[in-house]
Amino acid sequence: MKTVYLDNNATTQVAPEAVEAMLPFLREHYGNPSSMHSFGGRVGKAVEEARELVAELLGAEQPSEIVFTSCGTEADSTAIWSALNTETKKNHIITTRVEHPAVRSLALHLKRKGYQVTELPVHSDGLLDPRDVERAITKKTAIISIMSANNETGVLFPIAEIGAIAASYGVKFHTDAVQIVGKEPLNVQDLNVNFLALSGHKIHAPKGIGALYVKRGTRFRPFLIGGHQERGRRGGTEGVPNIVALGKAAQMALAHLDDEQTRVRGMRDRLEKGLLAAIPSSKVNGHGEKRLPNTSNISFEHVEGEAILLMMSDLGMAASSGSACTSGSLEPSHVLRAMGVPYTFAHGSIRFSLSRYNTDAEVDYVLEHMPPIIARLREISPFWKD
Amino acid sequence: MAWEYNEKVKELYRNPKNVGEIEDANAVGEVGSIVCGDALKLSLKIDEDTETITDAKFQTFGCGSAIASSTALTQMVIGKTVEQAAQIKNQDIVDFLGGLPAEKMHCSVMGQEALESAIADFRGLKVVHEEEDPDTAIVCHCFGVSNKKIENTILENGLRTLEEITNYTKAGGGCGSCIDEIEQILEETLAKQDAEPPLRLPDKPKKLTTLQKIKLIEETIEKEIRPLLIKDGGDLELIDVEGNRVVIEFKGRCLGCQAVTYTLSGVQDKLREMVSPDLEVTTGND
Repeated sequence: MKTVYLDNNATTQVAPEAVEAMLPFLREHYGNPSSMHSFGGRVGKAVEEARELVAELLGAEQPSEIVFTSCGTEADSTAIWSALNTETKKNHIITTRVEHPAVRSLALHLKRKGYQVTELPVHSDGLLDPRDVERAITKKTAIISIMSANNETGVLFPIAEIGAIAASYGVKFHTDAVQIVGKEPLNVQDLNVNFLALSGHKIHAPKGIGALYVKRGTRFRPFLIGGHQERGRRGGTEGVPNIVALGKAAQMALAHLDDEQTRVRGMRDRLEKGLLAAIPSSKVNGHGEKRLPNTSNISFEHVEGEAILLMMSDLGMAASSGSACTSGSLEPSHVLRAMGVPYTFAHGSIRFSLSRYNTDAEVDYVLEHMPPIIARLREISPFWKD
Repeated sequence: MAWEYNEKVKELYRNPKNVGEIEDANAVGEVGSIVCGDALKLSLKIDEDTETITDAKFQTFGCGSAIASSTALTQMVIGKTVEQAAQIKNQDIVDFLGGLPAEKMHCSVMGQEALESAIADFRGLKVVHEEEDPDTAIVCHCFGVSNKKIENTILENGLRTLEEITNYTKAGGGCGSCIDEIEQILEETLAKQDAEPPLRLPDKPKKLTTLQKIKLIEETIEKEIRPLLIKDGGDLELIDVEGNRVVIEFKGRCLGCQAVTYTLSGVQDKLREMVSPDLEVTTGND
């Protein structure tokens, strides 16, 4: 059966080049980078090369600003806990209602522990007003943690503006950049961030690797306390093969940025326009322009997302949904609810997220097979009236 | 989240049968709402003389298991008399489908409710809207679930945990502010249920020898207690009996379960009832 993978905001195919790059470090180069002997030296060099490639992708001033972690969530947690542990007299955190659980669940956890948490609202198009961030800052604010791009809608937040505001108040600023890295041009120095988290498996590296950018001069406390790895900023033997693969994936992401911005965006736009034209009562969730080039979140009114995904899956198409049934809770997506998307639309939302590995032929396939699926489910639906 | 649907369920949502509305239906039942994320409209054609259901059709807004449950319901009721159909419970729908994932049990409950509502419509009974019934109150406002519905679902399905109640009724699955209230209903309903005469183990002599007592404790644990715990992914082991002190050890999911003290007092109640009212049960887990 033909398969069309349009769930790249969930995870991505590992680039074959990244697989090749990591293989020697699974086979012959198994040394510990901390060791003095030649087994380790070779490996340590590979880790530093990967660090340089990640630093280059982010526009970091120095490679030493990059700390490898096990995943994006660890990078987020490290940043937030570091700020709280270095600013012990401050107890206020500013974040948004639409963060990924990596930040949102931690914020809720901290709230239960007695921290003050401000969760900023978003507009109906998913945009965030930087003035709201400024208004929320108090003398007790230890950290602002705001995502760069939303994983469900792809909506971009004004990170550089927020960074400038945070800097002018001397408040630390962390951005969960897991979705934006590799899709939009990025330069941490322009963004004025203290911390930036990324995840390998969203940019065609394997699962189990992430990285945290820590701006030089930012006071820091490790999250994992142990050996002196990562210049004392993260205990634990380095996941060398994954780090090497992330380095390769970062290098490729930089090389393919133009492709993301032009060809991937073109496919996304064609898919979106085609679906909206062919399927009545459908609409895009999130701002049309200020959005990642690969993401399209479309709601089909009066049908339910899980049923859509099951029927898509039968035809080899993979996407995801913000419906209650697929979210693992009984409530539809917190992101769509924060945007005020009506329930009639929220339950029937489908997120299509493309990558550079998608093709025009795949877009054609989806455009051909989606309309009959929605029509069929609407025939069953008691709410749908022609 | 990827659910593990069996082949029968997959077949029935891929190729749903009896979809639509019967134009001259004489019984219609509607449950659920678009806010809740699933809804079902069932229409029946019933022969007035024989009270046999000759046709059934449905319209469903919901996930794969909601569509499959709806198809199952229509297939189950066609050919049955109204009286026979009225006996169908949500578990029968689950059995017809060969099982549903735990988180999807509410889909079968929705089927049972739509059927009840359609039968009430046929009988000309005004379906008592819960808000008009002085004895019922909405407990879960996110999903509009009443105390009566929770109580009935506990009794009909032998539910023992909050999680099960949420899986079957959705109650407590939204904002979670009603969880304390649901736990209270669960406690009261279980107490009421346990007050009804339970299955007695054969011959309980007045005065037990130590050996008889240990045997009876073992038997009660095996037959009455462990099956319930195992169903929830937990278990317990009898460690020791010293006089009237019974030492047990919880295992599996019981260990991480916040309700373990509740479970412990439940075990003690059961052993006191079946063996001797003087027993004290403690756990060796500490």
